[in-house]
Amino acid sequence: MSGETRIRVRHVTRVEGHGNIEVRARDGRIEKIEWQVPEAPRFFEAMVRGRSWDEIQPVVSRICGICSVAHSLASLKAVEDAMGIEVPEQTDRLRLLVHYAEQLESHSLHLGYLVVPDLLGVKSIVPLVSSRPDNLRTIIKIHRTANAWMELIGGRMTHPVSLLVGGFAALPSEDDLVGLKKSIQEVMPELEALADLLLGAADKLPEFERDTEYIALSHPDAYTFYHGDISSSDAEQLVDIHEFESVANEYVQAQSTAKWARWHRDSYAVGALARFNTNGHLLGTRAARTARRFGLKQGCVNPFMNNTAQLVECFQVAEHGLELIDELLSRSISQEKPEVRERAGMGVGAVEAPRGSLFHRYGFDEDGRCVSANLTIPTNQNHANIQKDFEALVPQIIHRGQDEVRRTLEMLVRAYDPCISCSTHFLDVRFV
Amino acid sequence: MNKPRVAVFDFACCEGCQLQILNLEEDLLNLIAVIDPVEWREAMSDRGDDFDIAVVEGSITREEDEERLQEIRARSRTLIALGACATIGGINKLKNRFDLDEVKRAVYGEEAGMPHLETARTKALDEVVHVDWKIHGCPINNREFAAFLRALLIGAKPFVPNYPVCVECKMRANPCRFDYNEICLGPVTRAGCGAPCPSGGFWCYGCRGYVDEPNIEAAKEIMKHYGRTVAELRSRLLLFGTGGGRTS
Repeated sequence: MSGETRIRVRHVTRVEGHGNIEVRARDGRIEKIEWQVPEAPRFFEAMVRGRSWDEIQPVVSRICGICSVAHSLASLKAVEDAMGIEVPEQTDRLRLLVHYAEQLESHSLHLGYLVVPDLLGVKSIVPLVSSRPDNLRTIIKIHRTANAWMELIGGRMTHPVSLLVGGFAALPSEDDLVGLKKSIQEVMPELEALADLLLGAADKLPEFERDTEYIALSHPDAYTFYHGDISSSDAEQLVDIHEFESVANEYVQAQSTAKWARWHRDSYAVGALARFNTNGHLLGTRAARTARRFGLKQGCVNPFMNNTAQLVECFQVAEHGLELIDELLSRSISQEKPEVRERAGMGVGAVEAPRGSLFHRYGFDEDGRCVSANLTIPTNQNHANIQKDFEALVPQIIHRGQDEVRRTLEMLVRAYDPCISCSTHFLDVRFV
Repeated sequence: MNKPRVAVFDFACCEGCQLQILNLEEDLLNLIAVIDPVEWREAMSDRGDDFDIAVVEGSITREEDEERLQEIRARSRTLIALGACATIGGINKLKNRFDLDEVKRAVYGEEAGMPHLETARTKALDEVVHVDWKIHGCPINNREFAAFLRALLIGAKPFVPNYPVCVECKMRANPCRFDYNEICLGPVTRAGCGAPCPSGGFWCYGCRGYVDEPNIEAAKEIMKHYGRTVAELRSRLLLFGTGGGRTS
């Protein structure tokens, strides 16, 4: 193909945060392909120093408006690890329940509000108000249910207030849980409707494969979002979460204010597809059936299928959420008051945020003041992989013309559901 | 009647306040029916030129962002600061307590000198440009946001509470957090949130900034009554940058 291709997308839309795409090619020869992250860094790891152990959660929740529960839980687990606190079983189950609410909220936001417009050939959900009102109602109902679920357990939709070191500041009543169970049951048909909508447009997802290292938490008994150790598709042995720095190996790139990560190869991927590839055999009935409907199988290396894996996880968290509620109701809710005795120490917390594995590490002095912090964010771990996907994908599609190349690359970025605010707001830190 | 052209922008923040706008769900559709949404990078691929109302989330932390904000200001008739990062600098102002070079080294190590990692002292929007209205909170209360926009659309003055969070907390019949031996910033913090934190069993951390004339003497008395020190209160005030900056 002759002629020049120049693509400069300054601030990709319908993603969280600021990312740029730059491609330059002449006569079919590619001169430059770059995924750039110009987001303003926020330096949280430096800012938490000097704060008391009970102020860490309110501060780090603000890393991300979309995954504030994940950041809250990772920080609470890290503080508890540092201070030698074991949480009661009830707290563990309730935390998992609110964590599930956030997965559903985040995935439905991404699929419904950010991806569906691509699949239906519009620029946002606004035109769907008149052209697809039923589809829009489905998306809204799922998103609203997830938010109400999060508010019920966490005390607020975004930046939860009831999640404390050692336990809960306020507990839901048994009636609350019965009501929650009903609302999750009612959202199941809406999830099926969303699946139908996405299945109808599944051919719009590009067919592109690139062999990739996938990393996720892994636990023998569960499709885990909250427990377990670190698994890689390139390694047989799991790595203890306390060794997360040896997995992420973060480094600074000139094209990005967010750090990049690599382990066994030049890049790796985290997120819903990584979790599915790692733990897909442990899915519940409805989630597994949804994966089959879309032909999604473990070992998938098409990054666009991250969207499908997110849909599968919507079913998973709803399905297992109902089981958790039954389990909690069978034992009745007991009023537990967390007690904390502060001490010096270092602790690590890991969870699967909606966008992938999230690690927090903090050090505290004997007064319980934070002296050091190191946080590794899902999207940081995906930036290098987005770049490597670009480099493999662009030569395959460059002949399709500038507009199509741009549209496809934007869709690829969106498929990763990047949370760029998160990834620049948290980088690597040296310990004092 | 022409619908007002509305755009949403963000600077250094978590985008949680924009998320609260999306969280209006059905009400957002009602809102969209009476405005013309022309630019909102997080949710739309459209781009606009000028705006009747620009809604801006986030703090200003780099020189290049000051320029971008000035450009947005020049294109907007009315500019609304959305959420604590924009109204009072929010959590980003914690950074200002440290030496900036040291902060950069702490996060980026040996690479801290790379030019694209440059950072400046955190500013609220009104430290850079004129701000017409402030919608407080971390995150904002989206019902307050909707009421604000409705008022502006009919040419009325939006209601901004100038009484402390304690008022709304009492209306929700919560026990006082001081009775749990906690330090709560409710007595000096601007209401309008509906007191979700004390209602969720947590102390108020002052994300909405002070009321116009905080009753400092009464706050000192409360601290004395509960055997707490003003230094402890000050430490809590730092969390959301309420140690400085006007809120109205």
